[in-house]
Amino acid sequence: MLDVENVKKWMTKFNEQIQAHHDYLSELDTPIGDGDHGNNMARGMNAVMEAIADKDFTDVPAIFKTIAMSLISKVGGASGPLYGTAFMEMAKVGDGEVSALLPAALAGIKKRGKAETGEKTMVDVWAPIAEKTDFTADDVDKAVEATKDMIATKGRASYVGERSVGHIDPGAMSSGYLLKALLEVEE
Amino acid sequence: MKKIINDPKNVVDEMVQGLVRSYPEYLERIPETGVVYRHDLKNIQGQVGIVSGGGSGHEPTHAGFVGDGMLSAAVCGEVFTSPTPDQIFEAIKKVDSGAGVFLVIKNYSGDVMNFEMAQDMAEMEDIKVKSIVVDDDIAVENSTYTQGRRGVAGTIFMHKVLGAAAAKGANLDELEQLAQKVLPNIKTIAVALSGATVPEVGKPGFTLGEDEIEYGVGIHGEPGYRREKLQPSKALVEELVGKLNQEFKFEKGDQVAVLVNGMGATPLMEQYIFMNDVLNKLADLGLEVKFTKVGSLMTSLEMAGISLTLFKVSDEIVENLNYATDTIAW
Repeated sequence: MLDVENVKKWMTKFNEQIQAHHDYLSELDTPIGDGDHGNNMARGMNAVMEAIADKDFTDVPAIFKTIAMSLISKVGGASGPLYGTAFMEMAKVGDGEVSALLPAALAGIKKRGKAETGEKTMVDVWAPIAEKTDFTADDVDKAVEATKDMIATKGRASYVGERSVGHIDPGAMSSGYLLKALLEVEE
Repeated sequence: MKKIINDPKNVVDEMVQGLVRSYPEYLERIPETGVVYRHDLKNIQGQVGIVSGGGSGHEPTHAGFVGDGMLSAAVCGEVFTSPTPDQIFEAIKKVDSGAGVFLVIKNYSGDVMNFEMAQDMAEMEDIKVKSIVVDDDIAVENSTYTQGRRGVAGTIFMHKVLGAAAAKGANLDELEQLAQKVLPNIKTIAVALSGATVPEVGKPGFTLGEDEIEYGVGIHGEPGYRREKLQPSKALVEELVGKLNQEFKFEKGDQVAVLVNGMGATPLMEQYIFMNDVLNKLADLGLEVKFTKVGSLMTSLEMAGISLTLFKVSDEIVENLNYATDTIAW
């Protein structure tokens, strides 16, 4: 069960990963997207950290809502509404029960992006993890890696179709960072 | 790149600023946002607000259609990039006076996601919101930024018809029914003579040879369906009306509204010549033209080219098209 402090820690860890790997994320985005995923996420997470760092929150939904709003307004593109929706749906769960949070986030992402599994999107990382009661860093890595062999049929990457094979999906990669950051908090 | 700008990063902000300062009797801006709304919002208390928007670079769309009888507000995103949900949400809050807000969205994945997100945010605050996604471009299925068909110049007809209905007092459900009813009757197709350059990118999105044209290009330079040598206006009309007729399967006596839209760099002289040929062709087909409009209304920066929108109309719709409107661009 996450509390407000855990969520702050989660975001701190996630932010560290995003800032450390933002060039890599943009690199992943270049052959199959428009090459801005890393910069967009880095800008968004800076805004998140600014919005939550020294603030008091009454409960977990309140901090999730603030995170959602920061991502929505600062990330842009498709990732802004997708991550924003994930956190907005987690806010609606009402508490910090991880086994309820992740499925809620997944359902939100699928609805917003009108995507299902196997279409080479972030859904392919969220889906296998959200279905598990317990997951490991290894599970996350495997899910991220699996997007490499998929053909994109959704989002901008679908424009290059079969040429998307062989590239990890950037949204899947950043989702991997987010889910692994959560593991560090839970331990 | 040869453009009258300052820092490419600031083009949208400076454009919106210039726009509202040019037309203070029509427009106001929500500070720090790309939201432009009717200066006289107090005059439409109790009516459903109509909000549209999308990436910039299509001027006078959408802000030019904010005013009496059309849009209540427009949200200007970065060039060819959807505005973010928080900004769309600001626009919704600004124009809601209790009757709810209707969103007109062009069918691009980013626009649909961001507007739907804003719709969710508004509903969480108990503002009633409904929407229509316009996909009038018949050129291609699925495109660079789109699942399905793209939303282009026919969207302006949607603005006009809904704006008139809202001004006459239609409620949110009635507007939704009207929008769904007219949507399949609005269809557009374009031809491009040259590409457009996004200021932050600095080079054209696509290039055509000196004597080459491309049929079916989108308003962000998305690929069309065929390239060939430049043809006389009459031959272009033959091709484009032919494509539209394949979709509509017109019968003699059908009533239509016609919009000939310049893409940015094509002079009005050429637009009138093209319209003249379109009207001849429609007469040959036995169609009854009830409404015409010519001008560069939904542009693609400095792209040269033209789009043709046909809208199969009833007398009631024609009334809405002719309804008194006071905006910068209609």
